[in-house]
Amino acid sequence: MNVPRELRYTKEHEWIKVEGGEAVVGVTDYAQGELGDVIFVELPAPGTRVAQMKAFGTIDAVKTVSDLFAPVTGEIVAVNGALKDDPALVNRSPYKDGWMVRIRLESPAEVNALLSADDYEKSLGAHA
Amino acid sequence: MPELTLHELSVPGHRGPRLMPLDVPAQGIDRLLPADRVRKEPAALPEISEPTAMRHFVNLSTLNHHIDKAIYPLGSCTMKYNPKLNDEMARIPGFAGIHPMQPDDLVQGALAVVAELHEWLRAIMGMPGITTQPAAGAQCELTAVLMARAYHTDRGDAREEVIVPDSAHGTNPSTVHQVGYRVVQIPSGPDGCVDLAALERAISPRTAAMMLTNPNTLGIFERQVGTIARLIHDAGALLYLDGANLNAMMGLASPGAMGFDFAHINLHKTFSTPHGGGGPGGGVLCVRKELEPYLPMPVLEQDGDHYRWNVDRPRSIGRVHSYYGNFGILVRALCYMRSLGASGIGEASREAILNANYLKARLKDAYAASHEGPCMHEFVLSASRQKARGVKALDIAKRLLDFGMHAPTIYFPLIVEEALMIEPTETETKGSLDAFADAMLQIDRESAEDPDRVHAAPTRTPVRRLDEARAARKLILSWQDLEAEGAGG
Repeated sequence: MNVPRELRYTKEHEWIKVEGGEAVVGVTDYAQGELGDVIFVELPAPGTRVAQMKAFGTIDAVKTVSDLFAPVTGEIVAVNGALKDDPALVNRSPYKDGWMVRIRLESPAEVNALLSADDYEKSLGAHA
Repeated sequence: MPELTLHELSVPGHRGPRLMPLDVPAQGIDRLLPADRVRKEPAALPEISEPTAMRHFVNLSTLNHHIDKAIYPLGSCTMKYNPKLNDEMARIPGFAGIHPMQPDDLVQGALAVVAELHEWLRAIMGMPGITTQPAAGAQCELTAVLMARAYHTDRGDAREEVIVPDSAHGTNPSTVHQVGYRVVQIPSGPDGCVDLAALERAISPRTAAMMLTNPNTLGIFERQVGTIARLIHDAGALLYLDGANLNAMMGLASPGAMGFDFAHINLHKTFSTPHGGGGPGGGVLCVRKELEPYLPMPVLEQDGDHYRWNVDRPRSIGRVHSYYGNFGILVRALCYMRSLGASGIGEASREAILNANYLKARLKDAYAASHEGPCMHEFVLSASRQKARGVKALDIAKRLLDFGMHAPTIYFPLIVEEALMIEPTETETKGSLDAFADAMLQIDRESAEDPDRVHAAPTRTPVRRLDEARAARKLILSWQDLEAEGAGG
């Protein structure tokens, strides 16, 4: 299973990549594997404010519907429009083309509370 | 395609019965209808002889799985055999031929059936108020939560939240959203039941109600239900029973005595009327006395020997279904209850519990159970061991189809990994249960010895494994969609 070293993670299987004052968010390879084929990703409009570990969207798969949790607090500045036409990008490329939202960080210190790649792998230990 | 469509079977000039020659002067269509209502071209109806049409539908019926064919252990759905006597009674011309707009005086027999059914159901549920208007369980939930809102509003006590356990049916949170309340989800404890500490933390003056399934979706009886009811009532809130699993306790335990304020019944599940493509359903909502004024209108009342519908119900939440619900289903349910009798109803629940425990015991060495110990009328297995060998719950479900059996519910409840939810019901014989257990054990062996066989399943069904993801991503809901899809390649 692919857990890139340079990313931070949530227990709810989101990844986050900080780039300056903004962060890109998606779901992990493990999450897409467990969900199975993704049917639809519902994301908020740019300009929406999200709070750390509050649900900001949903991901529909054949098996189930799951909430997406915001790893950090801030304003959504962009969403991945390509997911509308091709939600399977989440399955094919969870860390790159399947990204979901870009958030402008409000309190960068929140990132420190997130899991490192090692911690995330450990949290999967029981499942994977 | 194993069976052509009627349009593909069509041959120009073929007909069913031919009409008698016209014995009155013919009227041109243009004299009978306005010009803009007349077709420019004839409708493209299939041209088929009667035998061809008959064979078409019989062939289609053999492609389908149904309870009259084999076991249907679809957890949470109570797919029990529906005695044909029920259908025969519903087809009596006096029942089948009446119209809901006939005045009460002309349909006293039909109203007596509804009244007697109400008596049986009140006794089973231990609650005085009843409506048989909703079409099924989810509509009962909506009716109940609307009534809860009316009840709180009447007391000048606007509330905002409804508590729902994480093992609940998805319809519970959907209902709460629909009514405009907020869902407060609470986790299950390690025993699979409501975590009382989490419940106490979730209860507040904002709590309007709690929706509880008992036995819960793991097939475990919520033994703390009395305490739960006390906690909810102390907060001024109402306790709702999602009665989806009533088949585990009909005639054995009374929801009213457990402290529920309102509860639903799925007649089409528990009381044996056709469902799963054989609908329509029948929902019943039973309520305690304080909630009666809010019941959907009209309500059935008895004055001596005379029955009438009372529409003078100023505090009613209104109608939730046209007329009086699905009457034919009410006839079937009463016929079922009368056939079994009061003792037979409890006996049916006991046998449903026995059958589930027998299957659970036969499968316990091969499949991990969600929880140890006895279950009620259904149980949840996890395909976690098989998944470690690369075979998922979905694969097991598909492979079961090759044995001519319906698959269990899979991936529900959400709190069990690779869940397989199995509800055999009381109408399966030991032979039928053994055949199902043997198939499950064979699939477990195949998951170790020949996993590709399971991955390739089903191979003996009219169609092979369908592309579920594509079906969900590209919804084709009409022939226009189909043509657009075909045109687009």
